Amino acid sequence: MAKHTLIAYVEDVPGVLNRIASLFRRRNFNIDSLTVGRTEQPGVSRLTVVVEATEHGARLVEANLYKLVNVLRVDDLTHKDALMRELGLVKVTVTPNTRAQVLQLVDVFRARVVDVDELSIVIEVTGTPDKIGKFELVLRPYGITEMVRTGSVAMARGHETMSANPPLVPAVLAPDHAHDSGISMSV
Amino acid sequence: MKLTGAEIIWECLIREGVDVVFGYPGGAILPAYDAMTKYPQVHHVLVRHEQGATHMADGYARASGKVGVAIATSGPGATNMVTGIATAMMDSSPIVCITGQVGSKAIGTDAFQETDVTGVTIPVTKHNYLVTKPDDIARAIREAFYIAKSGRPGPVLVDITKDAQQLSCEFDWESAAPKLPGYRPDLRALPSEYQKALELINTAKRPLILAGQGILKSGATAEVLKLAQNANIPIAVTLLGLGVIPASCEHNLGMMGMHGEAWVNEAIQQADLLIALGMRFDDRVTGNLKTYAQNAKKIHVEIDPSEVNKNVPVDVALIGDLREILEELLPSVKKTTHPEWWATINLGKGDAAVRDIQALPDSGHLYAAHVINDLCHFTQTLKKDTIVVTDVGQHQMWEAQYFRHEKPRSLITSGGLGTMGFALPAAIGAKFACPEKDVWVVVGDGGFQMTSCELATAEQEGIKVNVAIINNSFLGMVRQWQEFFYDKRYAATPITGPDFVKLAEAYRLKGLRCNKRSDVKSTVEKALAAKETVVIDFVVEKEDTVFPMVPAGAALDKMIRRPKQDVMLESGSDKDWEMPSSTLPNVFAEAKAEAVALNSRGKKAAKPAKPAKVTKPAKPAKTPARKAVASKSAKSNRR
Repeated sequence: MAKHTLIAYVEDVPGVLNRIASLFRRRNFNIDSLTVGRTEQPGVSRLTVVVEATEHGARLVEANLYKLVNVLRVDDLTHKDALMRELGLVKVTVTPNTRAQVLQLVDVFRARVVDVDELSIVIEVTGTPDKIGKFELVLRPYGITEMVRTGSVAMARGHETMSANPPLVPAVLAPDHAHDSGISMSV
Repeated sequence: MKLTGAEIIWECLIREGVDVVFGYPGGAILPAYDAMTKYPQVHHVLVRHEQGATHMADGYARASGKVGVAIATSGPGATNMVTGIATAMMDSSPIVCITGQVGSKAIGTDAFQETDVTGVTIPVTKHNYLVTKPDDIARAIREAFYIAKSGRPGPVLVDITKDAQQLSCEFDWESAAPKLPGYRPDLRALPSEYQKALELINTAKRPLILAGQGILKSGATAEVLKLAQNANIPIAVTLLGLGVIPASCEHNLGMMGMHGEAWVNEAIQQADLLIALGMRFDDRVTGNLKTYAQNAKKIHVEIDPSEVNKNVPVDVALIGDLREILEELLPSVKKTTHPEWWATINLGKGDAAVRDIQALPDSGHLYAAHVINDLCHFTQTLKKDTIVVTDVGQHQMWEAQYFRHEKPRSLITSGGLGTMGFALPAAIGAKFACPEKDVWVVVGDGGFQMTSCELATAEQEGIKVNVAIINNSFLGMVRQWQEFFYDKRYAATPITGPDFVKLAEAYRLKGLRCNKRSDVKSTVEKALAAKETVVIDFVVEKEDTVFPMVPAGAALDKMIRRPKQDVMLESGSDKDWEMPSSTLPNVFAEAKAEAVALNSRGKKAAKPAKPAKVTKPAKPAKTPARKAVASKSAKSNRR
């Protein structure tokens, strides 16, 4: 199992997010994060989904996403040269003694302070999900009172356009296949 | 042309070629029903339960190849449809369901009879729509029909708010053409895949075609037969593929899977090439995936890319329309005969002729298999086409084994979802699609009671279907599982029912009863002679068992074989089957452990070891003669 980053262009119609969420639940796939937003084309939204899946499972997700009528195209960026970015807002408690230290960390992580008062600082940090995880780690000793992450958005580098055809699901059985336990999973 | 939303619904249906709809009125769909009076060219069939409406639309679609239409109101009307929609989804049946919805301003307020029907049906529809404006109705309905019947067919639901039905707008059919940029029903296989497929087919020593319902959907029977004949390839069919390949076709081995004949499953396990045509390797067909057809390369011809490599990894995937793909392949398929392969298969068939129960003398007992066999033989002597609609359970499997279907669309059954209660309403739908054909319902006494209210629909519509209830006073298939896997603890499987003859008469229909084999033919004749719907109560042996059987999760060729024939004749029942000697899946161990745990929990509870005795009917005495017969034939009979 590994994290797979899929992006999907979908028609911006009511219920489309519900359809996608329902698909993941129905086919028993775990969503790590899911973000949706507008794109350069009016009426088209773009979705970035990070799923915990095997390679075989990821292709099944992709093929099933294509089956949804409102999904225009899908791409798996996992094995491509791609940019992954996430934004986090972190509220940290500070004292006059620790404020300078926190500000130094903000500087190291190229984050920004967006709000300050006598007891806390709100920091905006962007970067890969890994980087934000690290940032959280180093701030934790100072006391994080509130934190929110947007989930990854992703984009392939370079000028290649995405394929608009459903993928062929590769011919490998997932190692954790239902029949491995010896108990029949079908009724 | 300015029309109300309700009128637009009917205008669209008529333009889509709909002449009959199955429905049930209610508050939120009332405007549509009111407008219906202006469109007498569409016949409305009033059902007795909305589930029946969806099954009827499904049966109509499967019998005709056209799109079936079901209508219901909001809330309970729509939720009642869910079972029928899921049935159509699993068996790729094109139906369009139109439901009323509360007014658009009331959505989300928990208004009377409000349900989020589009939300509820997302997982069981191919696509669905919530329409809140009259301007959007035409396009939604056009797209619904297009999506339902194109690609891999399936159910589509259109939920229309009451105000959208009441308000008026300009109706323009042309500008409401489907705009579906993300929908790709017409995928094509890569040229390189064709080459690979041909290489495999032309070099295979033991090829086997797995024929599924996709052949019917694509209308590719002739092409499949040509492929089989050119390269002399045997064909195994799925349950929904029955009839797609004529039973009399010399290449047709019969049904595969859990209750498929032994030689068919053995052929699959021994094959070196499986050519899967329009089938999806369901668990009922494959048994244990780890041991499934391990010697075989696999070619999968399938229109739905998400089915490829889902259960069984394949070597070549040809995605697209089956007929087009076969047309492309056929000219390059080499002529071969595979004599050794056929010899192996014929050896496996062995004593098949001996086991044709039609050939057996009348012992006085009536078995379901007799009823179905006789029904098959008798209806085939008639000049008329017959459609058989089966429910789910033992009778369904017996029908699949003993009724020889020669034509596509002559069997309609709920395969994927296994919906009890499907048969009667689906048969009514099929009769509306094919009024010139005889329609037979083969149904168990359990499943029949789930939707028997639709007898009233048949009566009100004045249509004739022939209902053969295979009445064994048990939920037979579940009882069979309990017999095999749960030490015969018959929990909740004995079932009673009304007097089915009187029930039919109460609906002003004809009721008949038959409990002797010698009466089967005359009863069937009487039923066919009657003008109205006839319900026949075939009272059969109670503890009869469907053989062979691959236990769920076991390897495909490790099946519980038919008991010796003469023993079956004697008792009809359950005594002489043997579990396969190989290791079986843990269900057995589990069941045992469960039983032990149950038994040891509190000594005061009665030991539930053999509660079956109580419910067991009196049986013919176990005569020494029977045993003698059994042992005598033990040597000569492999199964």
